[in-house]
Amino acid sequence: MRGWKPAPHVLLLLPAFVVLAAVVVVPLLLSLYSSFTPFRLTRPETIYTFIGFRNYLRLFADQEFWVAFGRTVLLLTIALNLEMVLGLFLALLVEKATRGQRLLRTIMMFPMMFSPILVGFQFKFMFNDNIGLVNNALQSLGLTDRAIPWLIDSHLAFTSILIAEIWSSTSVFAIFILAGLMAMPKEPLEAAKVDGCTPLQSFRYVTWPFIMPFAYIAMTIRSLDIARAYDIVKIMTDGGPAKRTEILWTLISRTAYSDARMGLANAMAYVAIFLSILFTILFFRQLAKARQQIGAEW
Amino acid sequence: MATVSLKNLVKKYGSLEVVHAINLDVADREFVALVGPSGCGKSTTLRMIAGLEAISGGHIHIGDREVNNLPPRQRNISMVFQSYALYPHMTVAENMGFSLKIAGKSQDEIASAVADAAKTLGLEELLERRPSQLSGGQRQRVAMGRAIVRHPDVFLFDEPLSNLDAKLRMQMRTEIKKLHAKVQSTVIYVTHDQVEAMTLADRIVIMRDGHIEQVGPPEEVFRRPATRFVAGFIGSPTMNLHNALVSDGRLVFSNGDTLPLPGQFRDRVTAGQKVIFGLRPDDLYPTGHGIHSGEAAEVHAVEVPVSLTEPLGNETLVFAEFAGQDWISRMLNPKTLRAGDRINLSFDLSQSHLFDAKTEQSLRG
Repeated sequence: MRGWKPAPHVLLLLPAFVVLAAVVVVPLLLSLYSSFTPFRLTRPETIYTFIGFRNYLRLFADQEFWVAFGRTVLLLTIALNLEMVLGLFLALLVEKATRGQRLLRTIMMFPMMFSPILVGFQFKFMFNDNIGLVNNALQSLGLTDRAIPWLIDSHLAFTSILIAEIWSSTSVFAIFILAGLMAMPKEPLEAAKVDGCTPLQSFRYVTWPFIMPFAYIAMTIRSLDIARAYDIVKIMTDGGPAKRTEILWTLISRTAYSDARMGLANAMAYVAIFLSILFTILFFRQLAKARQQIGAEW
Repeated sequence: MATVSLKNLVKKYGSLEVVHAINLDVADREFVALVGPSGCGKSTTLRMIAGLEAISGGHIHIGDREVNNLPPRQRNISMVFQSYALYPHMTVAENMGFSLKIAGKSQDEIASAVADAAKTLGLEELLERRPSQLSGGQRQRVAMGRAIVRHPDVFLFDEPLSNLDAKLRMQMRTEIKKLHAKVQSTVIYVTHDQVEAMTLADRIVIMRDGHIEQVGPPEEVFRRPATRFVAGFIGSPTMNLHNALVSDGRLVFSNGDTLPLPGQFRDRVTAGQKVIFGLRPDDLYPTGHGIHSGEAAEVHAVEVPVSLTEPLGNETLVFAEFAGQDWISRMLNPKTLRAGDRINLSFDLSQSHLFDAKTEQSLRG
């Protein structure tokens, strides 16, 4: 090895580069490459067949994919908005508590402590049309006398998934907004009172602009979360019945592992990631704007 | 424009009473300063007047309205906060016009009111900036601008200059004084800085532990402090205050040193009475350095050793030992003194104060 003597800083950084290459760069490039092949897990040699953009072209014409794509965006939009509103109310309520606030904050985080798989099982049980709590309760209260097919009807199943998703993650919004509320200086609120604001006006003109950046952080995190949603849906409906609740990642995993069409699945995954990146950029822009507005020093 | 009157105003937090049935009448267009050490209840009192704190007892009148249970927005007051409390997401112009916007005024009205206030305060150049882009002094000016656009009945200031550096504080002090002369409204101003209170106020209210110790014009609280606390609080450097015993027409200090009993107190004390003797550093000076003309002065000179000096340029504070304690004296036209030097110290007893040791009330009639 005489003659090749790297500078000390290159030598010191090398291990990091090697690890990074091994666990991130190589798999990333490999998956990107495989999205340009008809790679099937059952026929390993297909990875050497380069077919250019054929997988992508096929996707763009694939209605099933776009339905799943659209459903994911719909889930994301509705869940984010509802979680935002509920989280805001929750945070405002908890912030008002003068005693036991610590305890309330801890309780508020309970849903986040369960694995999404377990949440999925729990809600699958609750929404079960025969033995589920929900139908049982509705029937006992005399609100209906038939078994509502929660997880079978396509709209109801979507709603059920939505409820499970919202239940498990509203606290993300609540925690961030509560952090914002607690970090908020109290004097501007008092100034607003003196300036003639009703409580509602104080919220609209002073509190809300201040907590907006915190809400955007929560939105960024949750949009990534939902864009890669898989576990709850996998457990509750597995995208079914008859693909009525198929979302991007259930479709991708089915394509990759059940159908063994890894090349096509990777192409889907890249489109899906593109969606995530888009949302992240969108929310970070909003965040930057909101931060600048309140003159935040973080 | 309006009067403000507090009657038996009480504030309790749970069972802890922090403001004890205070009474105060502020005249129309008067500038009143509430001053006292931290925790004396001055800010709480101001916040009760503003409506930001609920009152636990008594009455508050602004003008002829009882405002006890009115929310702040119905009291027609403006408040300037110590931390400025500007709305960080609004520009200077929006900050100043916010109350008018809430009141439903038209764009034109708001713009002209803001322009007027900006002109008064020299903020014309800054109207489009946000608070984060302003210096402390500018923020304070915006806070005042926000207060004056509405032409409220009463201005409330809560330690508005405490966050500024010393130089800026002096400058803003002058501006507040000018502003008051211009807008001619009732002002209640809370501060812990007695210099601010002395320079700005028509009347000073000195508070301590939730009680009012004395109310009076600056000159009066300085010249005739009603209690030992006021004597020690007002004036810089602080008044020399030392315990003594009245005996045989003299004041006897703990180590046996004596001073003649000042003439004005001769009929007001009895032999054996424990008192606190007070004398301002200005009235205790190395012989030949005093500011009094000497006529009618009751000067008593004692030779004492110097323990420390603090030269300030135009004057020197001399700490001299007498009666076993350090006394602060002010030397004008200073000459160099060293610790250990002996000087002839003049006590101007006609300017002295006596307080009863037990009640701490002034023994002056």
